[in-house]
Amino acid sequence: MSETTEKLFKGGAFLVEDLTGEDVITPEDFTEEHKMIAKTTEEFVVGEVVPKIDNLENHEFEHSVDLLKKAGELGLLGVDVPEEYGGLGLDKISSSLITEKFSLAGGFSVTHGAHVGIGSLPIVFFGNDAQKETYLPKLASGELLAAYALTEPSSGSDALGAKATAKLNEAGTHYILNGEKQWITNSAFADVFIVYAKIDGEHFSAFIVERDYPGVSTGPEEKKMGIKSSSTRTLVLEDAEVPVENLLGEKGRGHIIAFNILNVGRYKLAIGGVGGAKRGIELATKYVNERKQFGTPISSFSLTQEKLGTMAANTYANESAVYRTVGLFEQRMGALSDEQLKDGREVAKAIAEYQIECSMNKYMCTELLDYVADEAVQLHGGYGFMQEYEVERMYRDSRINRIFEGTNEINRLLVPGTLLKKAMKGELPLLQKAQSLQEELMMMMPEEPGSEPLEQEKYLLKNAKKLVLLGAGLAAQKYMQKLDREQEILANLANMTAEVFNMEAAILRTEKALNRTGEDKNELKLLYTQVYVQEAFNRMEADAKEILIAVEEGDNLRMMLSSLRKLTRHTPINVIAKKRAIAAQIIEAEKYIV
Amino acid sequence: MNIYVLLKKTFDTEEKITISNGIIEEDGAEFIINPYDEYAVEEAIKQRDEHGGDVTVVTIGDEDSEKQLRTALAMGADKAVLINTEDDLEEGDQYTTTAILEAFFADKAYDLILAGNVAIDEASGQVGPRLAERLDIACVTTITNMEIDGDIVKIDKDVEGDVEKVETSLPLLVTCQQGLNDPRYPSLPGIMKAKKKPLEELEIDDLDLDEDDVEPKTKTIEIFLPPEKEAGRMIEGEPAEQVKELVGLLKNEAKVL
Repeated sequence: MSETTEKLFKGGAFLVEDLTGEDVITPEDFTEEHKMIAKTTEEFVVGEVVPKIDNLENHEFEHSVDLLKKAGELGLLGVDVPEEYGGLGLDKISSSLITEKFSLAGGFSVTHGAHVGIGSLPIVFFGNDAQKETYLPKLASGELLAAYALTEPSSGSDALGAKATAKLNEAGTHYILNGEKQWITNSAFADVFIVYAKIDGEHFSAFIVERDYPGVSTGPEEKKMGIKSSSTRTLVLEDAEVPVENLLGEKGRGHIIAFNILNVGRYKLAIGGVGGAKRGIELATKYVNERKQFGTPISSFSLTQEKLGTMAANTYANESAVYRTVGLFEQRMGALSDEQLKDGREVAKAIAEYQIECSMNKYMCTELLDYVADEAVQLHGGYGFMQEYEVERMYRDSRINRIFEGTNEINRLLVPGTLLKKAMKGELPLLQKAQSLQEELMMMMPEEPGSEPLEQEKYLLKNAKKLVLLGAGLAAQKYMQKLDREQEILANLANMTAEVFNMEAAILRTEKALNRTGEDKNELKLLYTQVYVQEAFNRMEADAKEILIAVEEGDNLRMMLSSLRKLTRHTPINVIAKKRAIAAQIIEAEKYIV
Repeated sequence: MNIYVLLKKTFDTEEKITISNGIIEEDGAEFIINPYDEYAVEEAIKQRDEHGGDVTVVTIGDEDSEKQLRTALAMGADKAVLINTEDDLEEGDQYTTTAILEAFFADKAYDLILAGNVAIDEASGQVGPRLAERLDIACVTTITNMEIDGDIVKIDKDVEGDVEKVETSLPLLVTCQQGLNDPRYPSLPGIMKAKKKPLEELEIDDLDLDEDDVEPKTKTIEIFLPPEKEAGRMIEGEPAEQVKELVGLLKNEAKVL
């Protein structure tokens, strides 16, 4: 492999690399097969799941089991399972599209996601041959259903603080598990649980626990704010007898499994967020076209259009960003040998390389969904508050996404933390870049970008990367090893880093489309990109300023603020007009289009 | 058993129709398999699974029609044929379609040909019966059930909501009505296999036809959208007055009485 491609593959490298559209995978690159898989999923969800949502919301979980088995017959549970174990072993774009389309299924998407994702993947990635043979064919077909049990009443984000224990029995045949796992999705009907417990109270390890083992039971169904279509209970382990061969991975290495699975869970939630946001835009647009006040559809009011324009532009940037990450996995896995591809650990490692991207996608896309769901309710007025309307459920269902798979706050802290670690290890030349930036800023003259499409946006992106380096460099210099205590600064850096990733994803996607099919066919993509980049840059400027003020004072602060002004000097675009132009097309199509 | 399905791509039912310069705008529109043809594909697959043989789907269209053929292959059809008229024909009607299909079937051995009852776009319902006539085989339209036993075929036919029981024999052409079956979703393994199934592309030249042989017998004079639905009007007053006013409006305003 050449050096240039190797650079592309590194997680976090987007902060220091300059890429072109051809370097990224975009939704416009999907093949006919990808589109057919997406269509089958959508038809299945709309035709089979949606008519049952009221039953599912009432906790009639026999329908969940029935629907999952039907999904299994169509192959919708086996995409990530290798062919030799009865799955399809398809690429990550296919499985991502399935995840996106399942978001139309409300809380059932969590049921599906928990089974195929965090429930099945630990065995796909870390199971030994015997475990794979025993479980994977049945998980892929839906004959067995899976759940994932990590959280405990006293350990959420602090997963390694788990209290559940495992002890080898005297005969050496079984681990005896004791403890309580909380908020376990699919627990009403799951046959197999991936359970984390500490062997002898100290070695954090993962186990495959079957429901029928002695000592395994579940508590009552939880009463939740949203995703009521999914089952959530406590998993109770009272001297549960787990055969020794069901230890998953190595003793004491459970955290490796947990963290890798979290990475996957995070980008999958992000994709679901994008799918949900698209649905929110569709519901809102149909409603505002139909609803008349003062004798005219409320879609004709420009404040309605402002909302639709913002929702759609933000969706475009996040969609571009999350499929950019999926594309990174694909490119990385393309470099693996057939042998390595069969080894789940290699695949997990390829994904783990992009933990920064996974975390960023997670908080950005789940916040996108919450924002769109909120605005969609607002556009429905009082009707949005009524349960007859789908947006009411969407609003409640959306909220959990910012909490599970690592709260958005934990994910924010992880991003700058991991970047700095990579910089310290010499994997990314962040510190060198930050250093040379400070020199550069002394003599920097403001530039005037040209007027060709995307020139302004690329100019802002270039400076946006410098804003991150400026903020991160200063903070690292001042606080050194103690930076992890400055959580507000870390959160601002995480926001800025994610904005850079999103801005760049939107720009590169639009650039690629413009090069391929020209400006006429990509007018909307260009508008989305212009609006998102402008607004993201404004947010970044505010975040960067806050960091400077927190870190510096006196003359130093004045000097830094003047550097900031140099970096942010530009003639902003008129976002109001651009959003109206976007909304006109969305209102016509009555859905999110690109 | 050699089974053929006649398939047409039509606008997605969700699609908004716009007309510019007297032509329906196709740019950017989503296309699907004509829903009635989906029943035909499903029935063909079921009959093949029961009696053995091969299912071939045939369409007349353009390069993009390949998508709908691939979908039929993903559902479970074995082979597909695309008769691409994009470069040769500017216009066509039901005669054109029938003439091309007649030429296509000239050297084929077929036991059963299935088509949709109508296409949801132009809704002529002509191509199936006209092709059967040209091929000189039996034809039953709007079927809702079919059982094949040797050469004997027992059919339920929908007659404006009633059922007519028909017995006939192979070779046979049927057109499929809603209620015949529940078309399956293309499964993911089906989609992956469809990539490798044979899809033959022909032009009318390959069927020894030229443009004159298939020249349409009809001419479309005008295409227009139905008038937009206007807001309803409530008639008030005593029932007798209401009736009087309604009759008056139907006579003088709507001019239907």
